Amino acid sequence: MSLPVLAPDDWAAIGLTLRLASITTLALLLLGTPLAWWLAHTPSRWRGPVGAVVALPLVLPPTVIGFYLLLLLGPRGWGGQLTEALGLGRLPFTFGGLVVGSIVYSLPFAVQPLQRAFEAVGRRPLEVAACLGAAPLDRFVSVALPLALPGFVTAAVLSFAHTVGEFGVILMLGGNIPGATRVVSVQIYDHVEAMEYARAHWLAGGMVLFSFAVLVLLQWLQPRGAHTP
Amino acid sequence: MSVQLPSSMRPLALAAALLAGAAGVHAAEVSVAVAANFTAPMQKIAAAFEHDTGHKAQLAFGATGKFYAQIANGAPFQILLAADDATPSKLAREGLGDGATQFTYAIGQLALWSRQAGYVDDQGEVLKKIDWRHIAIANPRLAPYGAAAMQVLEQLKLVQQVQPRVVQGENIAQTWQFAASGNAELGFVALSQIMEDGKLREGSAWLVPASLHSPIRQDAIALKGAQGNTAADALLQYLRGDKARAIIRSYGYGF
Repeated sequence: MSLPVLAPDDWAAIGLTLRLASITTLALLLLGTPLAWWLAHTPSRWRGPVGAVVALPLVLPPTVIGFYLLLLLGPRGWGGQLTEALGLGRLPFTFGGLVVGSIVYSLPFAVQPLQRAFEAVGRRPLEVAACLGAAPLDRFVSVALPLALPGFVTAAVLSFAHTVGEFGVILMLGGNIPGATRVVSVQIYDHVEAMEYARAHWLAGGMVLFSFAVLVLLQWLQPRGAHTP
Repeated sequence: MSVQLPSSMRPLALAAALLAGAAGVHAAEVSVAVAANFTAPMQKIAAAFEHDTGHKAQLAFGATGKFYAQIANGAPFQILLAADDATPSKLAREGLGDGATQFTYAIGQLALWSRQAGYVDDQGEVLKKIDWRHIAIANPRLAPYGAAAMQVLEQLKLVQQVQPRVVQGENIAQTWQFAASGNAELGFVALSQIMEDGKLREGSAWLVPASLHSPIRQDAIALKGAQGNTAADALLQYLRGDKARAIIRSYGYGF
C-alpha cells in the first residue's frame, strides 16, 4: 500500500481555510476594536446586554448559529433580501457567506481579549496624554494602542485559530463546494464518513499539531508576570 | 418443600414477584441507529411497536457512515437501519453484525423537489431549464441518495451543466434543509421527507423513475450487542410485519 499523503482536494481545503481565517481575523480586528473600546469605557446601561450578545457564540451550539444564518440570509430572510437589494446576491453557499458566519462565530474571541486589554490600560494614561495636549485620535493611536498590543496579538491569534477549527456553522451554511466552501474540518468529516481513515488522519493530526502550536505560541507571547500582583 | 412466609409479608412477596415478572416480559429496550431518510417513518413505527409489544425502541438518527464509525468503536446500538446495503454487509463481514439477520426493510424512492408549488414538472424538465441558482444533492461519496442523484444526472447527460450549481448536504436531512429554506430552488431528496400519509406535504416534486439509477436498497442488521435482547428480535420482526410495512409504504418507499 502506498502511503496516502495529502491529495489536491485536501490542499484546496487547507488553502481555503487559511484564506477564510485570515480575512475573518482582519475583519474582526477592524470591527472588534471600536466595539471592545466602547464596552471597556461606556457607562451605558446597554453595556451588559451588548456584552452578552458578543459572548453568545461561546455558549450557542454552532449548528444553532448556522441554522439561523441559513434562514436569515436565505431568500425569505431580511438579511438575504438586503444582500440581494445591494446586488450582492445570496450569501449561503458562497465564500462571502462563510466570512459572515465566521465573524459571528469568532466574535467573542476577538472582542473579549481586546476589551480586557483596554480595561487594563485604564483611563489614567489617556488623561495624562490629554493634559499634555494630545487630541482624542492621537491619544488612542499613540497611547492606548501600544499599551494594549498584547491584547491585539491574543485577539488575532485566537480569532484565526478558532476560525480554522470552525465546522458546524460551515456545514449548515456552506454547501460543501470544492474550492469555495469546503474547508478542512468538513473535508475531515467527509473522509471519516467515507471510511477513509488514512486520509482523515493526515488532516486531523495536522489540525491537532496546529492547534497545539498556536496555544504554545500564545503562552509564549503573553508578557511574563503580567498577572502577578 | 414449601417455605411459609409470615402472613404479613405475603402481599409484599406477591408484589415483588409481579414486578419481577413485568420487568422480564415488558421492560426490554432496544437502541436503534436509523438512517436520516427514514426518520419520520421510524418514529411512527417505534410508537406503534411500543404500543403493540410493550418494548421500548430508543432511536438515534444520522448518516450511515457516521454510524459505522461509531459502531466499529463500540457504540451501544443493537440494530442499524442503514441507508444502503453495503454498510450492513461490511459490518457482517467484520463480525460487528449478525449477517443472518440482514434484510432489506425498504427500497428508497428519489424525488426532485422544490418548496415552491408548480416549480417542478412531472417529467423533471426543470432540470434542463437551468434558470435556477442552486440544486441541493446529498454528498454522493457518503449518501446513497446522493449517488443515485448523480446517476440520474449522468443518464440525462446533464452533469456538465448542473455540476457548477450543486450544493452538497452532509446527509439527506441537510440536503432537504437547503431546499426547504429556499436557498436551493431544487433538491434531490428522499420521497419520505416530503411525503406524509401518502401525499406531498408542500411544494412540487418529480418522482424519479427507478430506471434512471440503481435501486436504493436499505438494509437492516442486528449488531453484536443485540444477542439475547428480546426487544431487538421483536423489532426486526415487527419491521417485516403488515403494520410497519403500511407505514413504510405511506412514506413512498418500495419493497
